[in-house]
Amino acid sequence: MYLRGPNGSGKTTLLRTLAGLLRAETGEIRWDGKPIHQVREAYHHELLYLGHLNALKEDLNPVENLRMDAAVRANPLAEDAAWQLLANIGLRGCEDLPVKYLSQGQKRRVALARLWVSRAALWILDEPFSALDVASVDALQAVIRAHLSRGGMAILTTHQEVELTSGTVCLVTLGSDLPEVRHA
Amino acid sequence: MLETLAWIVRRDVTIALRRRTDVFTTLIFFVIVISLFPLGVGPDLDTLRLIAPGVVWVGALLASMLALEQLFLADHRDGTLEQILLAPQPLPLLVIGKVVAHWLITGLPLVVMAPVLGLQYDLSAEALEVMVWSLLLGTPTLSLLGAIAAALTLGLRAGGVLVALLVLPLYIPVLIFGAGAVEATTSGLGGSAHLSLLGAMLLLALLGTPLATAAALRVSSG
Repeated sequence: MYLRGPNGSGKTTLLRTLAGLLRAETGEIRWDGKPIHQVREAYHHELLYLGHLNALKEDLNPVENLRMDAAVRANPLAEDAAWQLLANIGLRGCEDLPVKYLSQGQKRRVALARLWVSRAALWILDEPFSALDVASVDALQAVIRAHLSRGGMAILTTHQEVELTSGTVCLVTLGSDLPEVRHA
Repeated sequence: MLETLAWIVRRDVTIALRRRTDVFTTLIFFVIVISLFPLGVGPDLDTLRLIAPGVVWVGALLASMLALEQLFLADHRDGTLEQILLAPQPLPLLVIGKVVAHWLITGLPLVVMAPVLGLQYDLSAEALEVMVWSLLLGTPTLSLLGAIAAALTLGLRAGGVLVALLVLPLYIPVLIFGAGAVEATTSGLGGSAHLSLLGAMLLLALLGTPLATAAALRVSSG
């Protein structure tokens, strides 16, 4: 599902509410038919949320960051798997540098590396393509496509279109009445 | 679950060891406060022995308060707190991990330094030992109680002042019994009753405060 809208139209607020970080003023968000605050642990088990912030510790290196993040998610990541993952996404040589020495785009790629090992069914991504170079954008689109073809769901705000080979794409533009549904 | 807790402790301690200034700020503050009193009060040993428990405990209390603001602030700024809030694990447990790490970084050094600093006040070996015990039981309680205030004031501008106002009333019982334990030992009554009460407070705080802190985090991040 693509979420679109001009700056300040509430895209991030909507995503944060969907993730359960904000409480909805009216209405209810349900997961599996139950309000998310009642099934919080089950819902968060199936959820991967990436906001504007990279959620990386500046003083830790990418490997430590990824392993820490995986541990909090109860989806442990072995050290050599983390190295392999970073090499796969083109960050070879940065594995043991503290994150504060990486460029903005590299930090974003480390943050997005979580997607490659995620077992969550629902991805909520806030502007995942910002600060990325062309090759990384392609890689990210590929991993989102793979996630969708496995039956996963993704809600994202973006100015780029992900080319889909199958499935249903829902385009929601904040401020307009009806979502536009397309079948690829 | 306990693994996650260990990870959080390990992460925060690793970060603290890589940027040592944060650790030393608290410790140096503690050392300075306690070392200034003998200079200001004068070399009268009776007076020094009398004020020692209070001064050491007030120093420890202020030092731990000084460090509180940092407890969740860095995680809040870089977005890792969001990920902790969205973790598929009980939040109070993760909060305990954060507090344990915080105590290891800011509380434990005070406990270790206290007997050395206590020598300036001509305290007996026995009194020093009770002081270490009282700090060992009391400072984790301070960290646990303070975490609630730190969570509530997250993202506010004058957070530091507000934290102080919020936690001071909660800190006072710990201060009274902590300093009281040392005082009772120097006056020959024995500090075990005070220490037991400090232990009870620690257990109570360990049970109650993580829930309150977790709730406060959800409120202030929303």
